[in-house]
Amino acid sequence: MTGFCKVAWLVLRKDLRVESRSREMLFTTLFFAVSCVLVFSVVFVRGGQAVEGAAGGILWVVIAFSGTLALGRTFERERHHDALRGLLLAPVDHPALYVGKLLGVLLLLGVVEVVVVVMVAFLFGAPFFQHVWRLLTLLSLGTIGFASVGTLFSAMLVRTGNRAVLLPVLLFPVTIPVLMMGVVGTTALLQPEPDLAMARVGIGVLFFFDVVFVTLALWTFEALMAE
Amino acid sequence: MALPDTADFEQVTVSDVSRVYGRRRALAHVSLTCAAGQIIGLLGPNGAGKSTLLGLLSTLTEPSAGEVRYGDRTAREAGAPLRAYIGFLSHDLQLYPELSARENLEFFAGLYGLDRPAERVVDALVSAALADRADDVVERFSRGMRQRLALERALLHSPRLVLFDEPFTGLDEAGCEALVTRLRALRAARRIVVLATHDLDVVDGLLDHAVILRRGRMRELGDGESLRERYRAAIAEDGGGRHPTGPGSGGVTSARSVRAAGGRQQP
Repeated sequence: MTGFCKVAWLVLRKDLRVESRSREMLFTTLFFAVSCVLVFSVVFVRGGQAVEGAAGGILWVVIAFSGTLALGRTFERERHHDALRGLLLAPVDHPALYVGKLLGVLLLLGVVEVVVVVMVAFLFGAPFFQHVWRLLTLLSLGTIGFASVGTLFSAMLVRTGNRAVLLPVLLFPVTIPVLMMGVVGTTALLQPEPDLAMARVGIGVLFFFDVVFVTLALWTFEALMAE
Repeated sequence: MALPDTADFEQVTVSDVSRVYGRRRALAHVSLTCAAGQIIGLLGPNGAGKSTLLGLLSTLTEPSAGEVRYGDRTAREAGAPLRAYIGFLSHDLQLYPELSARENLEFFAGLYGLDRPAERVVDALVSAALADRADDVVERFSRGMRQRLALERALLHSPRLVLFDEPFTGLDEAGCEALVTRLRALRAARRIVVLATHDLDVVDGLLDHAVILRRGRMRELGDGESLRERYRAAIAEDGGGRHPTGPGSGGVTSARSVRAAGGRQQP
């Protein structure tokens, strides 16, 4: 049997190769995220001054919405032409397939977040780069928590007809704690007097959620993929 | 990496298997034995349970009752290594259209951990008569070319049990003949081939054993001159057909008549 990490890498490489040719998910997600930030900037920036505390919330709303869009497409390539069955028939640990798909989503969201953070920092005058490592940790942990649940649900819904409706219905109630902790931690860092203690709490809680979500996803993926 | 021989088998035994989806019974008390060097035909109208039975044999679907044994072990006992001995060509071709023929095969060769993957991929491309189109993306291929590539993908790891779900769909006459030749070669190589098809004319004389599935129940075909006659007789005994493709045909379309009309039946 092929090793766990090698399988995850093969799936990731395949997804990156497909995406580099179609650019379907990247462009869709990026355009949506940029549009969201621009719309929010029209509403929340008056006279060159952003509403206090808005930047952190807007950043996470944009990540959640554009992330949902990306997650909805994650298993579409596997659904078309029944490629999912081809993957599941391979003599590999099925959770490795999940990890490969998750890494692809994380890379995509990482690219989107770089653009979104720069835009929000510029349009809202948010001091994102004062505590760059803490912000990076918050964003990374929040994105892993959100994407790990989303990738699992996306896989689970791949055979259902109304998955576009069901994905957000299932995803948001479960990931609300992740998004809230992301907003709380980010807002604490962006205050004129940064609340580093609150940011550390946010990072700790997000880390806890990530461990729980990723463990549960790896544990349940095989059973959820059974026909 | 060499495949572990411990998971190999010479016989697949389906014993009193039922499969239920909610309140719908897809298969009811089905029993079947498939031995190495045999081609088994699964016939029957649409919705009869053929694909469900193939799903069970592929290990991706678990039976609600009864068991499927690969040699002396069930899929649960044998675990993931068993899947290295199973190949499945479904009606949907399980290919990535954005990847080239070579990339598709290399991806699956990697997943199966095959020895000498590059060499095996080249061999497969030659077998599919796609060596000169190896680096073209699959979405530019015709249905027949995709079908040939998908066949090679399913056989890339030299599986013991090969499952085909409507493999003749989309193939022209030459493609059908090539596939029949390939099926005979698989039999000679002591593979177990299980084939769900509506193309009775194409597989007549090819099958070692044919069974008919209807409303989830399996029965043997009786005696008769041609496979089509035997099929019609079995359907008539079972209460007649309800499909519009001919009295008593049970939804089976004549492959020759479809080809004469210039195309293949799309289920």
